[in-house]
Amino acid sequence: MTKSAYFGLYIVMAILLVLPFLVPNSFYLDLVIRMAINAVIVLGLNLLIGFAGQISLGHAGFLGIGAYASAALPTHFGWHPVLALGAGALAAGLLAALVARPIFKLKGHYLAMATLGLGIILNIALRNEAAWTGGPDGMPVPAMGLFGFELSNDKHWYWVVALLLSVSVWASLNLIDSPFGRALRALHGSEVAAQVVGVDVVRYKVAIFVLSAVFASVMGSVTAHYVGFVTPNLADFFHSIELVTMVVIGGMASVYGSLVGAVLLTALPQALATFEGWETVAFGSILMACMIFMPRGLVPTLAAKFGKSQ
Amino acid sequence: MLSQFLQFLFSGVTVGATYALAALGFTLIYNASNVINFAQGEFIMLGGMLAVFFTQAGLPYPVALILAILVPAIVGVLVEKLAIEPVKGAETVTLIIITIGASLVIRGLVQVWLGKGAHSLPAFSGDTPIAILGATLLPQSLWVLGVTALVVLALWYFFARTLQGKAMLATSFNRLAAELVGINTNWVLFMSFAMSAALGALGGILVTPITLTSYDVGIMLGLKGFVAAVVGGLGSGLGAVLGGLLVGILEVMGAGYVSSSYKDAIPFVLILLILFFKPRGLFGGKSTDRV
Amino acid sequence: MALLDVQDLSIHFGGVKAVQNVSFSIEAGVVYGVIGPNGAGKTTLFNLITGVYTPTSGSIKLDGESIGGKSPNELATRGVARTFQNLQICMNMSAIENVMVGAHLRLDRNLLKAALRLPGIKRRDAELRVEAAELMRFVGLEKYIESRADSMPYGALKRLEIARALAMKPRLIFLDEPAAGLNPRETIEVDELVRKMADSGITVVLVEHDMKLVMNLSDRILVLDYGKKLAEGTGTEVRQNPDVIAAYLGTQA
Repeated sequence: MTKSAYFGLYIVMAILLVLPFLVPNSFYLDLVIRMAINAVIVLGLNLLIGFAGQISLGHAGFLGIGAYASAALPTHFGWHPVLALGAGALAAGLLAALVARPIFKLKGHYLAMATLGLGIILNIALRNEAAWTGGPDGMPVPAMGLFGFELSNDKHWYWVVALLLSVSVWASLNLIDSPFGRALRALHGSEVAAQVVGVDVVRYKVAIFVLSAVFASVMGSVTAHYVGFVTPNLADFFHSIELVTMVVIGGMASVYGSLVGAVLLTALPQALATFEGWETVAFGSILMACMIFMPRGLVPTLAAKFGKSQ
Repeated sequence: MLSQFLQFLFSGVTVGATYALAALGFTLIYNASNVINFAQGEFIMLGGMLAVFFTQAGLPYPVALILAILVPAIVGVLVEKLAIEPVKGAETVTLIIITIGASLVIRGLVQVWLGKGAHSLPAFSGDTPIAILGATLLPQSLWVLGVTALVVLALWYFFARTLQGKAMLATSFNRLAAELVGINTNWVLFMSFAMSAALGALGGILVTPITLTSYDVGIMLGLKGFVAAVVGGLGSGLGAVLGGLLVGILEVMGAGYVSSSYKDAIPFVLILLILFFKPRGLFGGKSTDRV
Repeated sequence: MALLDVQDLSIHFGGVKAVQNVSFSIEAGVVYGVIGPNGAGKTTLFNLITGVYTPTSGSIKLDGESIGGKSPNELATRGVARTFQNLQICMNMSAIENVMVGAHLRLDRNLLKAALRLPGIKRRDAELRVEAAELMRFVGLEKYIESRADSMPYGALKRLEIARALAMKPRLIFLDEPAAGLNPRETIEVDELVRKMADSGITVVLVEHDMKLVMNLSDRILVLDYGKKLAEGTGTEVRQNPDVIAAYLGTQA
């Protein structure tokens, strides 16, 4: 890997190191933490959408699995939060594998339809099973503790999330420039060509779908512990669309684009908070404008303009 | 027993007719442009909401209803011109996202303009339920079924017997070939969006006296209409209608006999089942790719 | 035993019998040409042997093993490579990455190791990059080593596909119209390239319309017409076959 590829990572890490000291108050710190959490989710989703060229329209459902595992398992069964996080990730991964295998054997964008259905079913289940999930009003989440040290302070969470983000960016960059990553990108470029050089297309699509589901689940658990409360809104259709929007606007198949998309679209609802209906209009307009004028997303389009390549 | 079954059947077929109209809309656009139009649900919403708006604005009921079909048709054309045409030939991901964007814009504008409240419309021929074998049928249900049946027949005639209809069909089979024989494929695209929107709006109007309307009914209706189209076989008109009815009936029966809190989940369980066992849908065909 | 043995191979697409009862065999190390008018079923034949299509009937044996109906990626594991008439290049990747993908099966594809960038993976990738550059030189693409695939001209992309196929270190390679769309000078270059490949021990099967090219290069030729085998033999034999002359070559040969 050339030095220049990691260069971006170093910049991101530098920013992350300095940020807490630049942030004026806890409101902004909270915003930054949410941005970072979304960035990790979007990185995983981008591997699926941007690199492998598949769409998931129900990704928030996997977030919900992780979040509610972290809420319900400790609360109802006394599980240790770390175990609960692992269980959530495992459940999300298994579900993804189960759904993906038959779907990926088909040609075309059937995954979009399947994930759409899955996400909605999960959301409805979360709303209905009030005994386990607290229903539409949600439920509180016990604090996450590691080796006796309880993570309750915003500042603690910042460093945890910053670390997770850095590791995710590093792993993503590695993955892309590896045999596995090339196979994935080839799959997107020409599925037939990928097959003919020996890529087991179905296996790879399943693998990347499972990976992105696990990313989402883990971050769902993180969100749950950070906020201290979960509601089914975390796993609804609109949230799934928001995540896809972050991928698309920041830049499909772009690691740094994922970060940009997450930052911009976490901030946007805050900026439009007072204009409720207009928020929806703004979101939709941005989506449309982006797809028409910058279909590859912000970062790739700008990078191409300035002559660099990702 | 029987009366309960009949009750569910009537309900299911009524709501199924709305899904059928939505599914037809999806199919029309998919056939003309290979786009899955996620804004379809919002056309349904527009039908109901605009009918309410025009009625409350003092227009005579029939006029309000006609406008509530025409205006969404215009919106449909706008969506085609502003969202689809600029990105012709783009990747499927791009197209899906653009139509989702369009749906958000439409929904947001309605929310800002007409508020979040729920509204109803007067039933076309009164509210007195009709008793049949122990079950009750709303007169409005008959309107829903009757008008839908008429529309389906009209569409069948249009596609099978008229030149314009055949032109649209030709475009859906092979766009380039259609252009080469002189069919104006832009017009076809234009018409398909206008018709889809009108169909959706009609469905929305018909069903508002029974289920009410609000700025956000479009989401679920649209998604379920999409499920119906896939269940029937994406691209098949007959499949769309039968798929719609099937989804409606199964939804109501499921809610009635199994679990009412999972009513909304039933269509989506159905789509997963179809994708696992019969991905081309009940009436879709096979296809091969040339390499 | 022949490397590739095809018996009574057929495929129907609905009513269209694209390939009907075709039988032939290819010895290891030869250059084998497949010719025939457009629509004769040449690419379909390729697609059948390389796993893109599943035969309706008949058998295909590679080294004695039946491979009919196996998927393309399974065939890749058995050393079968191919290029495409309609170019299947990954435009979203750089030229050299397209070639590197060809070596997919020879590398460690483990996801976890890749994500952690273990030294083994890093080293192999660096070696592969060098090898891929070499292959690009071999096919005459030195000036595109740093390029992106989407900035290369058609003729170069055709050769890029060949480089990718060679990266598989195959024993059998199918070239589907490697000279299509090329000017005379480029065609001569393809001729030389195919000779180089054959000299290095790979069995080459090629489909071509350019008669001179095929006759020059091939040790044996299969002639197809309307999905059926019309003739098979050396260039001279085929040229003199009256059926072939009537159907395809015209009266002057």
